[in-house]
Amino acid sequence: MISAFFIFNQKGEVLISRLFRQDLKRSISDVFRIQVISNPDIRSPIITLGSTSFFHVRINNVYVVGVTKCNASAALVFEFLYRFITISRSYFSKLDEESVKNNFVLIYELLDEIIDFGFPQNSEIDTLKMYITTESIKSEMAVREDSSKITIQATGATSWRRSDVKYRKNEAFVDVIETVNLLMSKEGAVLRADVDGQILMRAYLSGTPECKFGLNDKLVLQKRGNETAKSDDAVELDDCQFHQCVRLGKFDSDRSISFIPPDGEFELMRYRSTSNINLPFRLQTHVTEPSKSRVEYTIHLKANFDSKLNANNVVLRIPTPLNTTGVQAKVGVGKAKYVPGENVIIWKIPRIQGAQECTLTAEADLAATTHRQAWSRPPIQLDFSVVMFTASGLLVRFLKVFEKSGYQSVKWVRYLSKANGSYQIRVSD
Amino acid sequence: MAMAPPRKGENYELRQQLNSEYRDKRADAIKRVIANHTIGKDCSGLFPDVVKNMQTDDLEQKKLVYLYLMNYAKTQPELVILAVNTFVKDTADPNPLVRALAIRTMSILRAEKILDYLASPLSRCLKDDNPYVRKTAALCVAKVFDLKPELCIEYGFVETLRDLISDGNPMVVANAVAALADIYEASLNLPDSPPSDGTSTPPLSAKPNSELFIIDGPTLTKLLVALNECSEWGRIAILNTLARYKAQDEKESEHICERVIPQFQHVNAAVVLGAVKVIMIHMKAVTREDLIKSLTRKMAPPLVTLISSPPEVQWVALRNINLLLQKRPDILANEMRVFFCKYNDPPYVKVEKLDIMVRLASEKNVDTLLGELKEYASEVDVDFVRKAVRAVGQVAIKIDEAAERCVGVLMDLIETRVSYVVQEAVIVIKDIFRKYPHSYEGIIPTLCSNLDELDEPEAKASLIWIIGEYAEKIENADELLGTFLETFKEESYPVQLQTLTAIVKLFLKKPDESQAIVQRVLQAATKDCDSADVRDRAYIYWRLLSSDPAAAKSVVLAVRPPISLPQTTVSPAILDELLNEVSSLASVYHKPAATFIGKGRLGAEEMQRRALEPEEDNAREKALQTVVAGQQAENLLDFDADDDQPQPNTSASSSNLQSLSMFGNSSSSTSNGITSATISNVAKSTNPLDELMDLFSTASMNPPQSNHPPPIAPKSTVEGIQGLQDDHDAFAGLSGLSSPPTTINSGSSNPPQQSNTTGGAQDDLLGLF
Repeated sequence: MISAFFIFNQKGEVLISRLFRQDLKRSISDVFRIQVISNPDIRSPIITLGSTSFFHVRINNVYVVGVTKCNASAALVFEFLYRFITISRSYFSKLDEESVKNNFVLIYELLDEIIDFGFPQNSEIDTLKMYITTESIKSEMAVREDSSKITIQATGATSWRRSDVKYRKNEAFVDVIETVNLLMSKEGAVLRADVDGQILMRAYLSGTPECKFGLNDKLVLQKRGNETAKSDDAVELDDCQFHQCVRLGKFDSDRSISFIPPDGEFELMRYRSTSNINLPFRLQTHVTEPSKSRVEYTIHLKANFDSKLNANNVVLRIPTPLNTTGVQAKVGVGKAKYVPGENVIIWKIPRIQGAQECTLTAEADLAATTHRQAWSRPPIQLDFSVVMFTASGLLVRFLKVFEKSGYQSVKWVRYLSKANGSYQIRVSD
Repeated sequence: MAMAPPRKGENYELRQQLNSEYRDKRADAIKRVIANHTIGKDCSGLFPDVVKNMQTDDLEQKKLVYLYLMNYAKTQPELVILAVNTFVKDTADPNPLVRALAIRTMSILRAEKILDYLASPLSRCLKDDNPYVRKTAALCVAKVFDLKPELCIEYGFVETLRDLISDGNPMVVANAVAALADIYEASLNLPDSPPSDGTSTPPLSAKPNSELFIIDGPTLTKLLVALNECSEWGRIAILNTLARYKAQDEKESEHICERVIPQFQHVNAAVVLGAVKVIMIHMKAVTREDLIKSLTRKMAPPLVTLISSPPEVQWVALRNINLLLQKRPDILANEMRVFFCKYNDPPYVKVEKLDIMVRLASEKNVDTLLGELKEYASEVDVDFVRKAVRAVGQVAIKIDEAAERCVGVLMDLIETRVSYVVQEAVIVIKDIFRKYPHSYEGIIPTLCSNLDELDEPEAKASLIWIIGEYAEKIENADELLGTFLETFKEESYPVQLQTLTAIVKLFLKKPDESQAIVQRVLQAATKDCDSADVRDRAYIYWRLLSSDPAAAKSVVLAVRPPISLPQTTVSPAILDELLNEVSSLASVYHKPAATFIGKGRLGAEEMQRRALEPEEDNAREKALQTVVAGQQAENLLDFDADDDQPQPNTSASSSNLQSLSMFGNSSSSTSNGITSATISNVAKSTNPLDELMDLFSTASMNPPQSNHPPPIAPKSTVEGIQGLQDDHDAFAGLSGLSSPPTTINSGSSNPPQQSNTTGGAQDDLLGLF
């Protein structure tokens, strides 16, 4: 269990301090400031000093810190810290020093509710918003009326949903978002390619709907004896994780996904797939160092998806040596710019059509240095988002909604594949 | 209450506002009080004025007043009584939120007086109609127990808690389970205070009946049902309890495993690791091969998924995976690729991934792995690069078939001429020579040509060892060793030792050419050297050589035992213990909880009890307090919760702080490692006498060289048997640290007093630096 919770700013000043157990003094925060914040050598997210352990997460310009005095579950503490960050974001959009200072009363109120005596309690954002309110999130009338209902919900078996939700139009939106991880070697061999998928759902459904959700999961299709379904239509999921509303026992027995959704937006599931990944982009690189004062780049980018689709916000970050003085870059599409502060050439392409190819050629001039340190050639990083494309090949086959009133509901599905710092290609000579 | 409050300043202004007739003005003032409190200003003077605002319909304002009370009740115990009435009234409020809030706050106020008023509202709330109030009240029992165990016994709260496990609401069940576990742990500490401690043992009635904590069959069923229904945090509490449960027979173990497996699909990493823990524990009793297979098979994907969590969670998962692999190396056999380091991974994650990759290395994937390691060796982070190079050597030792390829990679790395890469590669190659003697002699000339670039003792010593070992094959061995002999006096001791031994080897192999040089080195080592080790070794050689050269040959050129990569980094007993605690801090640090938690919690509680019952002070206590008073002068580092804990002194506690931060200064010298570890022990103990004992016993248990990380066992095996001395640690490292090295040269003359296991644990602790 967690003995104390703190938020520090970068200078080590305490913004929020809450002790849950009596085995600590408030001055413990000074220890953290001295030993962690003002110590540049700290490389571990958990520090144990004496018998006190500090768990910290840095986010924007604040440290969110949990302190324990026992052999606590480390995963639990970090999960809690990250949950706190998520909750804060949903209350005041961004967690940084300013927002913490502006919302400290709210933060104390939230902490009071989500953790008691060091044991995390209810951390469902939807439920919290029913009775912990701010000017922007106001439903105070509801609180007055039936706090007993709230409390039942906060503790009940479906703590995530009120029973009296009503919509005129019953709709459900499903977003399949895939983050593509790629690590490609110098020689162009794929070292690692996998997909971290996320299925987000926005449910605007009345009553207590019972939902069934189906994917082109290979195991399900095979189980059905559906041998006619060709194996390349199905996707092999290495692992799935579900929102707590999904009945895990049922998934374990027959891999069906059934649940009563929370009202509004939530993450229904996460999954991971490693086989048959369609890489949306291919990159050919040629980087040479003809002399000590020059590096030449030829980068060839090919969009490797259907020509009817588009990729947006394609950004390549091409590293340059630390002693670069200037870069001349030529591109066919988009814009390329050298950013000295980060030692990269940033090549931005707002939109690429499928099967399109583009090339960048650039020359970096280097300053003469006395001691020649080998340049470590960091990988090129590619960020993008491709709409209506899933790198894993995953498709939503159905979403069925059953409710006792028997209403019709409209469902929408969107797909998106993206990369955010995770698509890395090593540079060849 | 002695001084009249000042009539100006912020507190005065706040007081005015708190007593204002306007509601929003008062509400605003309370907020400011809380803000002041957060930044550390003392607001205790406003106590009566804040408490006046407690009776309000505004839930938010009430919460703030309660928050204030929680922080200051301890300092103003006589004033807390003012608030009691409102509290008791609130616990009967029609609004369940208010009831819960009141009971929650009331039970955490650390004031003796209020506790007496708490009992009857708490019993009422434990039986409340509303589950929200019940689940809050359940935790309150643990809070009260922490404060005054006798009260819980007197009113039978623990029994009530036990009944709550059968509650219909899963959240209530989860909190009851969590509270029981907490009380159980606290009650373990109660009578266990050592009699020599001099503290009054609490009256027996303070310890609840231990049968209350035993889980029986029906309870198990209830827990398994609640597991699927309650919130993620509740699941963790229940999983922890399941981990403690002793299954009656194999059937039951199987049943538990089957019911827990679905939790692998939970999105919360702590739930997943909690489930892994339960499975690892109960799987021990399972004998059905197919079930074990299916369990381990199902365990792999969720573990791999954890690698895409945020870096901190990832790190926790990686450390646990590292442990799991030591027990069951096969679970992730085909998953090495997911452990490839990303360029932007934080360093602590990278290092851990590296370690796991070596564990997963096999003949099938070794080529990919070597390609990766070579890539990492060109990165900028020196520490990581060195570890990557070291990993190449570990792979070579682990997989015989790949050794040649590894040597190839190392030679490529040496060609880069980056100083630290070359040095690390030389050290690693020395280990390869130990494992595969006479296999790769062709690379020796290349190594020797890099002689001038080596400036680190370990690298130098390694190269000298190689030269000595192959002296008969190296044409100019005497010349090379001669260069080291010239600077003999300036070299560090390990280099001196190696130079000495290498030259003696050279002499034994080519006696005709090296008569002169061996004379010189023996002279230098016996006359000009101030290290006893070097001098003694020189004398021994000298005598051996002069009395019986054949004996010298059999000693110095003896066949060394083979080295291998240890399968585990901790001893099997500790490994099992750690696997019972998957996802906990102990499993992250790879050392048992006792080594870093100490008796901190017990100490704190004892101190509190003493503070509550001053009449029990005896003479010893007073003496203790006098000591404390002298040392307590605003010590910022007095982090150990209780004000009364004696700290050895400031500098000691600061080095203690250094020593336990895992990734602290890894290059700290060996002797530092010892002292700081010893001191950390001292600081943990509450009894000054124990401290002294610890100091001696740990000092005598740890020869100063045992500072090498255990996984890289062969690192310091420069000299084997023929070294004659001080290489015990290397072999201890190889044998998985199961037995403590015999003490030869510790600074203290005390005989070892601790059991073997403690010695092993200490080694582990040191190994982490």
